[in-house]
Amino acid sequence: MRKAFIQELVAQARIHPDIFLIVGDLGFSVIEPFVEEFPERFLNAGIAEQNMAGVAAGLAYEGYRVFIYSIANFPTLRCFEQIRNDICYHSLPVTIVSVGGGLSYGSQGYSHYGLEDLAVMRVLPGLTVIAPGDPVETRLALRDILRQRGPCYLRLGKTQELKVYENEPEFQIGKALILSEGSDITLISTGGVLEKTVKAAQELKRKNISATVLSMHTLSPLDKESLLKWALATGRVMTIEEHGAGGLAAVVSEVLAMAGKPLKFVCLYLRQNEIDVSGSQEYLCRRQGISDENIVQTALTMCK
Amino acid sequence: MINRDFENYLDSHLFALKIRIKSLQMVHAAKSSHIGGALSVADLLAVLYSRVLNIDPKNPLWDARDRLIFSKGHACASLYAALSYRGFFPEEELEGFGQDGSYFLTHSDRKVPGVEFSTGSLGHGLPFACGMALAAKRKGKNWRVFVILSDGEMEEGSNWEAFLFAAHHRLDNLIAVIDYNKMQALGQVSDILGLEPLGEKLKSFRWSVRDIDGHDHDQIYKSLSSAPWHKGSPSCLIANTVKGKGVDFMENKLEWHYRSPNAQQLDLAIAKLKKGSHA
Repeated sequence: MRKAFIQELVAQARIHPDIFLIVGDLGFSVIEPFVEEFPERFLNAGIAEQNMAGVAAGLAYEGYRVFIYSIANFPTLRCFEQIRNDICYHSLPVTIVSVGGGLSYGSQGYSHYGLEDLAVMRVLPGLTVIAPGDPVETRLALRDILRQRGPCYLRLGKTQELKVYENEPEFQIGKALILSEGSDITLISTGGVLEKTVKAAQELKRKNISATVLSMHTLSPLDKESLLKWALATGRVMTIEEHGAGGLAAVVSEVLAMAGKPLKFVCLYLRQNEIDVSGSQEYLCRRQGISDENIVQTALTMCK
Repeated sequence: MINRDFENYLDSHLFALKIRIKSLQMVHAAKSSHIGGALSVADLLAVLYSRVLNIDPKNPLWDARDRLIFSKGHACASLYAALSYRGFFPEEELEGFGQDGSYFLTHSDRKVPGVEFSTGSLGHGLPFACGMALAAKRKGKNWRVFVILSDGEMEEGSNWEAFLFAAHHRLDNLIAVIDYNKMQALGQVSDILGLEPLGEKLKSFRWSVRDIDGHDHDQIYKSLSSAPWHKGSPSCLIANTVKGKGVDFMENKLEWHYRSPNAQQLDLAIAKLKKGSHA
């Protein structure tokens, strides 16, 4: 996803002379193509995130379309008030790009896990919040971000997420992508767990469970229409995310609760008090039930 | 070039007097706070808006304008008054200050014509101004960015990130003005989280620094109109001021960080100001 993002940003920067990239002293072996081609539109702000977010707002106020690039909590929690006041309240075209959402940084520990970013970003008025499901969605999301003005949060995975899509889908911010249509259950994922969700749906099919898969890449604004349509059509909903409380599970809960219909609803997300050991991203996710096997098991239980 | 449609207020002392009186009236009517800091910064605003800033009140977002970021947003009564008298909007609009449904919030807000950036939480103005100044450098523009900071807000770490940043990027189009009235919300700055030696600190951060009487209009004008003082260095003017300046019963009194003058105190304060003014 990181590479897809930078490749697309370079391509877009050739078309959009106002694109400006700021990094918080991170991005080794990722950002170099941009730096080489557009040095006058690049800035390493150093390890000073509050200032970085303020500088980004100032640059955006003066006409640039700014992208801030850093890891997990550093461009989000560390400078949250600058995002709230300087960027969002002033409706400035700044996109905060956070790499390593969830447990991407596996054995590096709690400081590097992005567990609350979606929860806190989605409550900011006017901020578009996107967690693409794969490199294809990442590229398409970036293109759509450039079609709108206003602040945005883009949450990326770190490692080589597999391409879920063979061909480019019709991507639109705020509109869920439907990867398969089924009648027994609706699986909704956000971010890089899309691949696991699709695998689980394929396995469920072999077990005669027909699942709808929605890639809910945009948490704000949320595609309530698709969510409700498929929730009501299948009667069972499962959310899957590599994130703690307050993210996809919460936004879907709000919509379903207000719909007032009897539904079976299960949320798979990370429990923070269980994250206390070293391990790979895969290992840590599996420990917490964020795996295709657990999606399958949970769905089977729900469909009994 | 300074716009010449401002002849009524070319006398910055008269301008400062009007800002002070109006600020008192606004804070009184709104029963709001922070009059002490509004009075301490009044001379800086008066000189900037009457003699220094290259602006066009009829076209607040004119591309070539000088930018002013008012980081000590709590003292915005004096900023709003200055903008109004400078011609950004009619004086009557100030009656909305702090009233229900008005966009004249009691921390400076961007919806007021002439206000570039909403502030209120301290430590936000200087980083934002760094972004503006960097944009000017990258685009080859020669306008300047002024930032007015309070002394208390110098305790915010974000400002020191920005001090590092501005010097590193040689933002000599950036001028920070510190309204050094020596008091913050719960007492003396020197007792709470002291800044001294402030000038030496800023010099060691590779800023060009001047230390003046922040109520002396000639000193303010000479400093700000001639900035940058060193090519390649951002400038910081440490303006030594008095909290509550011009109203003797408010000067250096912590309570006027909070209190709003009643009708009797308002009349007395205006009388004191008129008596003591150079205008």
